Amino acid sequence: MTIVDTRMKHGNASDGLLGGRLARVDGPAKITGAADYAMEYFPEGMVYAVIIDSTIASGRVVALDTAAAEACPGVLLVLTPDNALPIRTATGWMGEPPPPVPYDPLAREITFAGQHIAAVIAETFEQATAAAALVKATYEETTPISSFDDPRSGEGNPVDMMTMEWGDAEAALVTAPVQIEQEYRTPREYNVPIEPHGLIAHWEGDMLTLWEPSQWIDGMSRAYAEWFGIPFENVRMRSPYIGGGFGSKAFPTRYGAVAAIAAKMLDRPVKLAVTRPQTFTAFGGRPATRQTIALGATREGKLLSIVHKGANETSMNDVVVEPLGSVTSIMYATPNFSSRQNIVPVNTVKPGPLRAPGENPSAFGIECAIDELAYEVGIDPLDIRLLNYAEEDPHAKKPWSTRRLREAYAAGAEAFGWAKRSPGVRSMREGRQLVGYGVAAGTYPVRRTPGEAMVRILSNGTIEVASSSIDMGQGTYTILAQTAAEAIGVPVETVVVKLGDSSLPRAPVAGGSQLANLMTGAVHKAALAARDELIGLAINDPNSPFRDLQANTLTIEGGQISSPRDTGSALGIAEVMRRTGRERIEALRNTLPEELQDEKERFRNYTTISTMLSPTEGDYSLHSWCVHFVEVRVDADFGTVRVARMVSALDSGRLYNPKLAESQWKGGIIMGIGQALLEEGLVDPRNGHVMNNNLGDYLVPTNADIPDLQVISVGVPDTHASVLGGKAVGELAIVGVGPAIANAVYHATGIRVRDLPITLEKLI
Amino acid sequence: MRDFSYLRANSFEEASSAAAMPATMLLAGGTTLIDLAKCGVTNPERLVDITHLDGFDAVTVDAEGASIGALAKMSRVAADPSILENFPAVSEALWQAASAQIRNMATIGGNLLQRTRCAYFRDPASFPACNKRVPGSGCSAMEGVNRGHAVLGTSQACIATYPGDLAAALVAFDAIVHLGGRKVAIDDFFLLPGATPHQEHAIQPGEMITAITIPASVAARHSTYLKVRDRQSYEFAAASAAVGIELEADRETIRDIRIGLGGVATKPWRARAVENALRGKVLEPDIVKSASRLAVEGAIAHGGNHYKIELAPRVVERAILKSGALA
Repeated sequence: MTIVDTRMKHGNASDGLLGGRLARVDGPAKITGAADYAMEYFPEGMVYAVIIDSTIASGRVVALDTAAAEACPGVLLVLTPDNALPIRTATGWMGEPPPPVPYDPLAREITFAGQHIAAVIAETFEQATAAAALVKATYEETTPISSFDDPRSGEGNPVDMMTMEWGDAEAALVTAPVQIEQEYRTPREYNVPIEPHGLIAHWEGDMLTLWEPSQWIDGMSRAYAEWFGIPFENVRMRSPYIGGGFGSKAFPTRYGAVAAIAAKMLDRPVKLAVTRPQTFTAFGGRPATRQTIALGATREGKLLSIVHKGANETSMNDVVVEPLGSVTSIMYATPNFSSRQNIVPVNTVKPGPLRAPGENPSAFGIECAIDELAYEVGIDPLDIRLLNYAEEDPHAKKPWSTRRLREAYAAGAEAFGWAKRSPGVRSMREGRQLVGYGVAAGTYPVRRTPGEAMVRILSNGTIEVASSSIDMGQGTYTILAQTAAEAIGVPVETVVVKLGDSSLPRAPVAGGSQLANLMTGAVHKAALAARDELIGLAINDPNSPFRDLQANTLTIEGGQISSPRDTGSALGIAEVMRRTGRERIEALRNTLPEELQDEKERFRNYTTISTMLSPTEGDYSLHSWCVHFVEVRVDADFGTVRVARMVSALDSGRLYNPKLAESQWKGGIIMGIGQALLEEGLVDPRNGHVMNNNLGDYLVPTNADIPDLQVISVGVPDTHASVLGGKAVGELAIVGVGPAIANAVYHATGIRVRDLPITLEKLI
Repeated sequence: MRDFSYLRANSFEEASSAAAMPATMLLAGGTTLIDLAKCGVTNPERLVDITHLDGFDAVTVDAEGASIGALAKMSRVAADPSILENFPAVSEALWQAASAQIRNMATIGGNLLQRTRCAYFRDPASFPACNKRVPGSGCSAMEGVNRGHAVLGTSQACIATYPGDLAAALVAFDAIVHLGGRKVAIDDFFLLPGATPHQEHAIQPGEMITAITIPASVAARHSTYLKVRDRQSYEFAAASAAVGIELEADRETIRDIRIGLGGVATKPWRARAVENALRGKVLEPDIVKSASRLAVEGAIAHGGNHYKIELAPRVVERAILKSGALA
């Protein structure tokens, strides 16, 4: 069996090999409560920090009265900008050198509501909370610009590097027989992982231990080291399990700096748990976006031109770009294209990445627009996608490595029963329920950063895999065990995977859907090296029973070593280790190219994203693809939208574990249903507050909102994309869900909703 | 630390006398009280735990009607077969309220007393102005994010929505709130905000809800609760209606009709104008449709909640037709 075969059967030993449907190895620990998350660690002498946030969105703090809080029982420190231990600014995530100025995690100048201005540290959480309520801030308030709907925010600033152009899009548009133009909008959306953020910071001399849920242990550790001017090796970050991140746990935070400063000043371990309302302002979610898309086409629906202008909100002092042209520029073939993007500074927290940043809102625009064109010219929404199918990357002008989108359209349409769709709007109903079918495609690029891994063969036959990469529920523990089991030839039960600890071999960010591909590549390489050494030992060691066979090689299967010529001689790995007297075999391997092998470059590779390859670097354009088919039921009187069923066909290349990949796809689809119908940060225009900053009011889907979801894999191994043939999984499936639902709602009702979410008042 | 004293009441008398003390609140399921204490909205000096009192959680139904002990859990009342048979709207309202976890904790007495979800009411640190919290301080919701706010029963001082589902059904069927020996009609138990939105209930210091009774009626037997919202579970109503109908022997003329509204008013709302327009009329879609418009007579929107004026009559209409089919 080659490494690229996907095993279709399950329930047997092959589940444990690559492509097998092994259940998550961390599952039992999680469902029994035995899995300790980072914040469940209780070092001796730990005290509690509570953050105080600004209640204004714009202005400055002119005074902080801390006397009442300081007088409270149990209070150890009220941290303010005046008394905080100064720290340095850290290197940025692209590796840009830091300005030589102090880093102030507590603010005097206020640019958004919810900005940290002080913290109280006390012996107990309750004491700190009560005292924090007594800290009185006096502000000098200026009128905030609370969103890009405020006319004072203007058009924003152009981001020239986002401009993409070919042909003459404006000229081709005005001469096109069919022209449509509309604006599409998405609101502020939030990551809301079920495990809130926070950390425990613990200094022992100049060694700093951090227990913190993290999507990027090495990148965040570097920031802590640089803030305090200590060596990288002095920071130990531990993040054994993560209760979801969706992009929000990848970067160093101001509250993290606050906790580490307080711990240093008090010489006590400090726990800082971000409250649920603070998860809306202590870091940013997806910024609000708007896009104008003009399509020029023939009367038959063939695209002649796309003119795209996008804008997203950013914070007052940061450049955050949500790349709105990312799908627009590659989904369809068009001879003329133009895309520009602005960013609009407003009084909000710096926006952050949220599942498929860029691709997600980008697809909402283009996938609604192409649907509008289909109705305009009177052809089936699926046919117009095939008519304008991009046979190569229209922007990079390179061939796709693999693009199984046509296969996805076919498989999805067949499973869904798309042919039963009646073409007219409001043409299908059941009683008061208007029935609508909708389709939309999605894509996500394959991002590539080299990785490294340690594989050990222990004397008892256990295989150990070690990496500072993490598992936030996507299945890293499981697929790395499968990778090692397959490469060495052992049952998966004998593999122990250690993750989430900065003392282990390094790893780049678990983001951009890159981790599975890069880590399976690194583990596979290290495991083969360990296997080679084990076989070498068995062939050459004087005490090995295989020595007399004078074999060129040996085979390992099911944990048994044997000679291909003499299978009767099989011995377990532990037995060979015992007879040869070896304690362990260790192989540390990385997938870095030669020019990145020196220590400085290796450090840069794991602690910045500056070595990440773009999807078009090389001879091919590398992307995952998907299509979603949706049936909605819209109540004709109430405007309520229910997703009745959904079929998605996805090309993520080879699946290392179909069960886990399907689970991740479904998670993305569910999140997409929430985005389409429910999620929206409601901001008070007067003071920039997020009014629904809790899980009772910021609505994410419940089980009742989600029908059975059918997902179909149409991928094939793509070895241009990754060592073992996988492409992006985690961020792919949310892309296209929003437009598929909006398109289905249009088909059901004849009402085109171009601003998410599609709440009931937009349909009555 | 925000200290408070905790008293576990062992008898009704003990609970009543403790409840008469200043800055004292009764603690039952705690699903509202603990939540609001964390938000900094309530800060009682004394909590009196009444969950250990005996004899206040019975659910009985006889020819006269239902009696529901104040300490009965929402989930138990919802699942009670005789409630389901005689007051289906009550059972349905409870099933569609909150989440399974909350229904298993929250009591019927506490459910009636739940406070509004107005985000301005719930965030004193960021929004000092709230007439419900601090009389005379102003209303932050009037000009703010008010998609969920009330369009009926509002005042210059307050537009906060009464959030509950159960009370909408209770008000339709003339339930009585028992405060020990004193009985108050449910429509009088809930107060309009007027100039005093901080006064929400006709409950006096030292009083405690002991039970709710609902008179038996044909309309209650043929009733339903329709709740409309964006999310299918664990969300408050955009608009809801509890409707019960009794038809004449001709099976088409409406002898009696009861309509309670949720999600649109500052208190559980009885739609008497719709009832009066339909009593004696034939149960026929066009008649029902035009009568349902009366549900929002006098409604005032404040921007984000304008859709409720359109939505509420549609919910009433559908609920009437649905309960009419049951009658």
